[in-house]
Amino acid sequence: MSALPKNQTAGYGWTAIILHWLIAALFIGQFVLGFVMVRLSSQRTAFELIQLHKSFGFLLLGLVILRIAWRLGRPAPSLPRSVGPFERRAAPLVHLALYAFQLALPLSGWALVSVSVLEIPTVPFNLFVMPNLPLGESDTAESFWAATHWYLAYAGIGLVALHLAAALRHHFWLRDTVLTRMITASSHHDRE
Amino acid sequence: MYARIFGFAAAAACIAMPVFAAVALGDAAGSYIIRPGSSSIHFSIGKLGGGGLDGAFARFKGSILIDNSDVGRSQVNFTIFPESVGTGQSRIDAFLRSDAVFDAADNPEIQFRSTSVKRTGDTSALVTGRLTARGKTFQEKFTADLGGLKAGTIKFHVTGKVLRSRYGMDVGTPIYSNVVDFDMTLTGRRG
Repeated sequence: MSALPKNQTAGYGWTAIILHWLIAALFIGQFVLGFVMVRLSSQRTAFELIQLHKSFGFLLLGLVILRIAWRLGRPAPSLPRSVGPFERRAAPLVHLALYAFQLALPLSGWALVSVSVLEIPTVPFNLFVMPNLPLGESDTAESFWAATHWYLAYAGIGLVALHLAAALRHHFWLRDTVLTRMITASSHHDRE
Repeated sequence: MYARIFGFAAAAACIAMPVFAAVALGDAAGSYIIRPGSSSIHFSIGKLGGGGLDGAFARFKGSILIDNSDVGRSQVNFTIFPESVGTGQSRIDAFLRSDAVFDAADNPEIQFRSTSVKRTGDTSALVTGRLTARGKTFQEKFTADLGGLKAGTIKFHVTGKVLRSRYGMDVGTPIYSNVVDFDMTLTGRRG
């Protein structure tokens, strides 16, 4: 085993990597789905896609909670020595913001369906009835949470774009291991 | 004195009420036009987790023909205009009118034509007929209970269950039940 303490390993383990990419795919997929579902002319397809969006939203929320618990248990590996002081300070803030958006987006969606006067039940993947959050339903509350969910989605996807640009810069410009260590697990974790 | 009057009134009420309630289908023979003003067509669709989606149709027309000699040869026909659907939520109404459910623009009428009326009691009958919605026709059954007959006006309480998937209206299942519970009060005027 490595002599480094757990939070000083050079890379991520498979659990962190799989959770990262699964959540990334779901997050971007949800953005696209959300964008499309409110612009369809077919009300039937729109209804079905909105239910699918809700299902994936709850799957995302579950995975994000799991990921945050995992991250709290074993903090992120340290950055390569080549990373400058500005990025060294900015990276944890962007990561914290990314986690905040990962939580806030599904939660605001949950709030939206909870306060909607349409009272459409939420049944993730038609498996079980997800209870509503204890918030009073009204047209005003529905508009508020719809707007909140919308703004969070656009800000969140902007942050994802920034995160993606940074990762590509590390890989192609700085030629360090920041991107590759999120693709392959470090040897320490392999043995764990 | 007052007690005697009240006693008489009470006795009269006791005699009058059962007569009204127990009016037999055979006595009701005649042809009636359904009066939308004093009739209603409500429906309810159960939701997973409890509760349901309730609504009503504001516009419909129809007729009831009760055969003089044989109640079994009676006929019930009615037409519902799905454009008039109302649930109390304009977004849900628009959804129901759209091609997701009724497609009211292309299918402005939902029709029921009875094919048989079977007496099941003094004041009740099972009405079987053909229901047409969105170009699809299936046999459906409704229970009709005679609620009253007075001065050429007849009143029926009609209930029945219809599977909406058969009519291309399965959107939202299984979150919303496939079974639509109908509860109608049809008041007809002899004409």
